[in-house]
Amino acid sequence: MTIRRRSLVLGGLALGSIGPHVGPARAQTRPARDTLTIGMTQFPATLHPNIESMAAKSYVLGFCQRPFTARDQRWEQVAMLATALPTIENGDAVVVDRPDGTKGVRCRYTIQPSARWGDGTPITTDDVTFTWEVGRHPQSGVGNAEMYRRIERVEVHDAKSFTLHITKLTFDYSGIDDFRVLPAHVERARFMADPVAYKERTAYITEPTNPALYFGPYRVSEFASGSHIALEPNPTWWGRAPAFRRIVIRTIENTAALEANLLSGSIDYIAGELGVTLDQAIAMARRIGDRYDFQYKAGLIYEHIDLNLDNPILADRRVRRALLVGCDRATLVRQLFDNRQPVAATFVSPLDWVSDADLPPAPYDAREAARLLDEAGWTVQRDGVRHNAAGDRLTLEMMTTAGNRSRELVQQVLQSQWRRIGIEVRLRNEPARVFFGETTRGRRFTGMALYAWISSPENVPRTMLQSSEIPRAENGFSGQNYPGFRNAEMDELIDRIEIELDRERRRTMWHRIQRIYADEIPVLPLFFRADSYIMPRWLKGIAPTGHLHPTSLWAENWHVQE
Amino acid sequence: MLNTIFHRLLQSVVVIVLMSFVVYMLIGLMPGDPIDLMISSDPRMTAEDAARLRQVYGLDQPLWDRYMAWATGALSGEFGYSRLFGRPVIELMGPRLLNTFLLMLSAWILAVIFGLGLGILAGARQGGIIDTSVNWLAFVSASTPTFWLALLLMILFSVQLQLLPASGFPTSLNAGFGERLRHLVLPVLTLAIFETGAYARYMRAAMMEALNADHVRTARAKGASRVRVVLVHALRNAMIPVVTIMALGFGNQFSGALITETMFSYPGMGKMIFDSVMGNDFNLALVALLFATAMTLAANLIADLAYVMLDPRISYAARPGGAAR
Repeated sequence: MTIRRRSLVLGGLALGSIGPHVGPARAQTRPARDTLTIGMTQFPATLHPNIESMAAKSYVLGFCQRPFTARDQRWEQVAMLATALPTIENGDAVVVDRPDGTKGVRCRYTIQPSARWGDGTPITTDDVTFTWEVGRHPQSGVGNAEMYRRIERVEVHDAKSFTLHITKLTFDYSGIDDFRVLPAHVERARFMADPVAYKERTAYITEPTNPALYFGPYRVSEFASGSHIALEPNPTWWGRAPAFRRIVIRTIENTAALEANLLSGSIDYIAGELGVTLDQAIAMARRIGDRYDFQYKAGLIYEHIDLNLDNPILADRRVRRALLVGCDRATLVRQLFDNRQPVAATFVSPLDWVSDADLPPAPYDAREAARLLDEAGWTVQRDGVRHNAAGDRLTLEMMTTAGNRSRELVQQVLQSQWRRIGIEVRLRNEPARVFFGETTRGRRFTGMALYAWISSPENVPRTMLQSSEIPRAENGFSGQNYPGFRNAEMDELIDRIEIELDRERRRTMWHRIQRIYADEIPVLPLFFRADSYIMPRWLKGIAPTGHLHPTSLWAENWHVQE
Repeated sequence: MLNTIFHRLLQSVVVIVLMSFVVYMLIGLMPGDPIDLMISSDPRMTAEDAARLRQVYGLDQPLWDRYMAWATGALSGEFGYSRLFGRPVIELMGPRLLNTFLLMLSAWILAVIFGLGLGILAGARQGGIIDTSVNWLAFVSASTPTFWLALLLMILFSVQLQLLPASGFPTSLNAGFGERLRHLVLPVLTLAIFETGAYARYMRAAMMEALNADHVRTARAKGASRVRVVLVHALRNAMIPVVTIMALGFGNQFSGALITETMFSYPGMGKMIFDSVMGNDFNLALVALLFATAMTLAANLIADLAYVMLDPRISYAARPGGAAR
């Protein structure tokens, strides 16, 4: 049993024992409300916007910086550091024919006129070109460099406006969410001195409290590695003035300790992005629901079971369908998660505009599951398990990440549900790093693999469903199509949908992709995970997004209301 | 004696070098690498990005080459950068080492004082109510999971009584002594309570054995007082096995510190070692683990030297015809 798992069980006992009536609320009754202490379970390795990818870093930077564009709470693309989104309609985006016959696009952006770094230096196109140079450099350590590679040129018009020459025209051409501007006046000398060592010598690591690194409503005033980050209002912020004189983001990795800290008033608010799990939040709501606001936001974390289609049993679509209709996901979600996590019909979230509303999750139907198994030749019942005519037992192995209590519970419920229709499921779990580092990556699971995908709105499933993305020795096990799904129509749709600009035509294509997914069942969809935000009653203005952009990107709207 | 110390130090260096190799290989052989962790948290990273980053971080090189590069750097005092924290390893370890040392030493001193005290009391009053009570207390404290104890203390002192902070440790230089002390109380208590039980049981057993020795019976026959018999005649002999336990216990506190530091978000070494191993941060994990090894070796050496002071029959002086032992 891992430390975390044991602590969850015994911690639950310990915290449960204090009952709903005890535990003063110092945070609830104190007079001055000009500071806010947030608890979360992860500490950012670096605050450099483009090096490493961590939810904790995105959360902290949400207070201190703004991307040019982002997705808002309605999942619509909006401009933030840019004054407007370039579109073909408004003339700021122009489609161009490239010499190789493909289509590219030129997008013109204007930086917010009042945008300045925390030391007062204006944010200019010089920062943009520098950021692009860093992003493109193969040795700079930038994680997601695909966008920078697609930009073949930055055309500067003046100090505030520029045009990006992008080599590939895609439907989301106007969004440059990952282009996170860097302060050239601070960083250029460090980068030019040694691009390879830049990732260690950047001011975001050596001087994280340098005001010149930030331009959001808040800036970092204290950085205690592994412990906490303090923020103060940034006087150069051009937008609405933030409400808090000081925000402290504290890292408390153990979720039971996180709850104790909330109750003791050491923290005011548990961030949903990196806080307690849903089952813990539901248990907390029963104990302290009268003193805190609990918000649950289902989003884009898609819990599912990959089926290894090379397994002869699972190669039969009737067996896959039987597995799907033979598990009662609605009851599972109701019993385990208080109905807070929507059952998934496919990998597309029901909150996404491309979701097919006419395609509901397959309903539970044990009789239909039995019929399908009979039809597939698994007719002989022996010891409660089906066998085929050759005497083979209908046994499958299901794997997931060991120590994840929520997943292990789901796994056990499914095992018992499938047992009822004569399918024997053996559970074999591994630590997350083994499971993801070796088993799924190398397609070493023989039957089923239960885990989650994190995606973004209108996320084209190229790496997950295109046949070229099946991990194998020839491609260095680089793809993420772990089931080994091959479907010519799906391959073609994925290629076409990326470059289809017409929204309605794209919607039709998305619906077709979902239909194929639901019919072919390479994966058993389970549910979309929900984040739990536990806030004091006086804290208002936090609007969970449900996608990768954190609530802190709108931190200037957070305020106190007694 | 000096010769012995010199030899032991030399052996320690060899052990540390071997350990560096073993630890490096073990971390390297663990499935997955840091880039896998990055991919899992960013759905937009491509296979090309992953390959490029493996090359940037040198993860595409054979393990042996990476170890040799690290060892060469270490010999010249360059222990590299932490991949997780992006800072030089030595710079990162300094304050955390101090915090952990403060935590471990405080807890160790408390555990030794109370553990040995209770053990002596129980051993001297064998079978009595004190002995039974100490036995039970020791049993409970040694078998209570650290993280649960931490939670209980947090609930009692932070949630209910609101006397002490539930977590954290002041990092600002402006933080006063009182503020630091307040943050230290609960982690130290958690760690100390756990160790106290073990020390009490060892001490009790050793004391009971020592009290049955011939020279103690003689002392009693000569009319020595009960206190004198226990503290002067029995304690010194009883301490010999306990000193080993105490010395090793100090090194073992690292594992207890890991859980305690995690529960209380205490910025120390234990948690850093765990994070660095799980995050495949070779440089940091290696230096931190080697430091833990060095501490255990040093504690052993101190225990060996303490034997000489406690038991005049033990000597490290060279004997005629034999090597120093």
